[in-house]
Amino acid sequence: MTQYVALLYYDRNQYWDSPPEAEFASEYTEFARRATEAGVMRGGEALHPVVMATTITVSGGKGGGILLVDGPYAEAKEVLGGYFLLEAADLDEAIAWAAQNPGAWRGKIELRPIAPIHA
Amino acid sequence: MNATDTLVEVLRSEGLRVLATLARTVGDLAVAEDALSEATITALDTWPRTGIPDNPRAWLTVVARRKAVDLLRRESARSAKETAAFRWGTGAAPDQIEEAIEAMEPETSLRDDMLRLIFTCCHPALGREAQVALSLRTLARLEVPAIARAFLVTETTMAKRLVRVRSKIATARIPYAIPPDTELPGRLAAVLAVVYLIATEAHAPTGGDAVARVDLEAEAIRLARLLAGLMPDEPETLSLLALLLLTSARTSARTDADGDPVTLADQDRTRWNRAAIAEGSTWLSEAVDRSGGVAGSYQIQAHLAAAHSTAPSWQETDWERIVGLYDLLGSITANPVVALNRAVAVTERDGPEAGLAALRTITGLEYSHLWHAALADNLRRLGHTSAAAGELHTAVTLAPNQAEQRLLQDRLRAVRSELR
Repeated sequence: MTQYVALLYYDRNQYWDSPPEAEFASEYTEFARRATEAGVMRGGEALHPVVMATTITVSGGKGGGILLVDGPYAEAKEVLGGYFLLEAADLDEAIAWAAQNPGAWRGKIELRPIAPIHA
Repeated sequence: MNATDTLVEVLRSEGLRVLATLARTVGDLAVAEDALSEATITALDTWPRTGIPDNPRAWLTVVARRKAVDLLRRESARSAKETAAFRWGTGAAPDQIEEAIEAMEPETSLRDDMLRLIFTCCHPALGREAQVALSLRTLARLEVPAIARAFLVTETTMAKRLVRVRSKIATARIPYAIPPDTELPGRLAAVLAVVYLIATEAHAPTGGDAVARVDLEAEAIRLARLLAGLMPDEPETLSLLALLLLTSARTSARTDADGDPVTLADQDRTRWNRAAIAEGSTWLSEAVDRSGGVAGSYQIQAHLAAAHSTAPSWQETDWERIVGLYDLLGSITANPVVALNRAVAVTERDGPEAGLAALRTITGLEYSHLWHAALADNLRRLGHTSAAAGELHTAVTLAPNQAEQRLLQDRLRAVRSELR
């Protein structure tokens, strides 16, 4: 089995919590319920808008000063609005599931295989 | 075919079969590729002395498996469990052919393995450029330097591209599988598109050392043959093979002694390859029989190629049929280049007035030298010589390579001489 993170991108002006989008919330919940029941979805959440974001850099290497920027790392037309984790046999199975998430037609979904970090 | 050619040919065709099964059993395309490469090197070292074995596939299978086991062992990052999952033990010595034949997959399962390999190389999660590079390396079994030369990139660039593609297949777990029936049409279309692209790349302007350039057209036909053999019930697969054969029949007539392009109208038709035309026509009628009256895009293009290939001359071409075929093609794929070719046929069928009108309705080809050259041709026939010269001048500046530029320059000179 391989784990993938599905990154949900939305147009900045058509973000998931903007009024016309909010009514689709139940579709996301429905997807999460089905995918979790199938044992494919291993968690995931929506993200607050990018205006709530703080970008952090430690300057001059480890132990250096913390620099903060109000806002997202990159100003882009499309922004990250949520994510979920998938566990699937292969990419085709992961694609088939991701394609059922409303994010795939309300925006775009980027699927990335996870490189596990063993603590 | 001399001894070396025969040896290379055997290694290419059998190598693909060995690889297809090895990739499934090893579960890692990159390891399977490396193992087969090592086995190929061993064969190139051994066979010239011993002669090609009676069963070269069995020989390669045994050696490649043994190499794969070695490779998997060497990969320390790999868990013991994964290595154990590899079905065969240490493998036999290459002379233990009987055991190898026994272990070899039956023909039907080999067919499935080859389809798996093809669909993996052309998986839609891989970019088109990646699909093409991988198909030429893995399916056509071309060496990296040859592919690099064909695409005019450095060997390092091509090698890096292939490494990246293989590691994506492994890391993102692109499955080694034949797509389910519901997805097959779309997935097959992607495979055919890759082969078609390899063939059209062959027509693109050449650069660099022409002698060393790989014959991409021949490679595309080779791949199309492979697909037609594996999927004889898919009409578009047969149509693609027909199209490539019919088009390739004209290749030698497409350039003159100086290497300059010769347009279809001016080609010496005695130089066309009649055997290729005959074979292409046979595949085309096979495709028609199997398509149940619904012609796909490759079938229509093959009909177009056949209509030209069987015409005794440009003037005696069946333009009525050609315009009809372009209409059909345009209804499947709205594409300005199809519209341009249709307009050229309209000129021949209905005259320059109608041709000019058809050309002027096309948008999106403002930067195509072919569109401006076609406009010029109609304007000239209508006696608008000065306007024709203007269009040709634009065409010359837009021509993608020097050979095309020279061709258009010559035409421009001819038109200008009419002005005086």
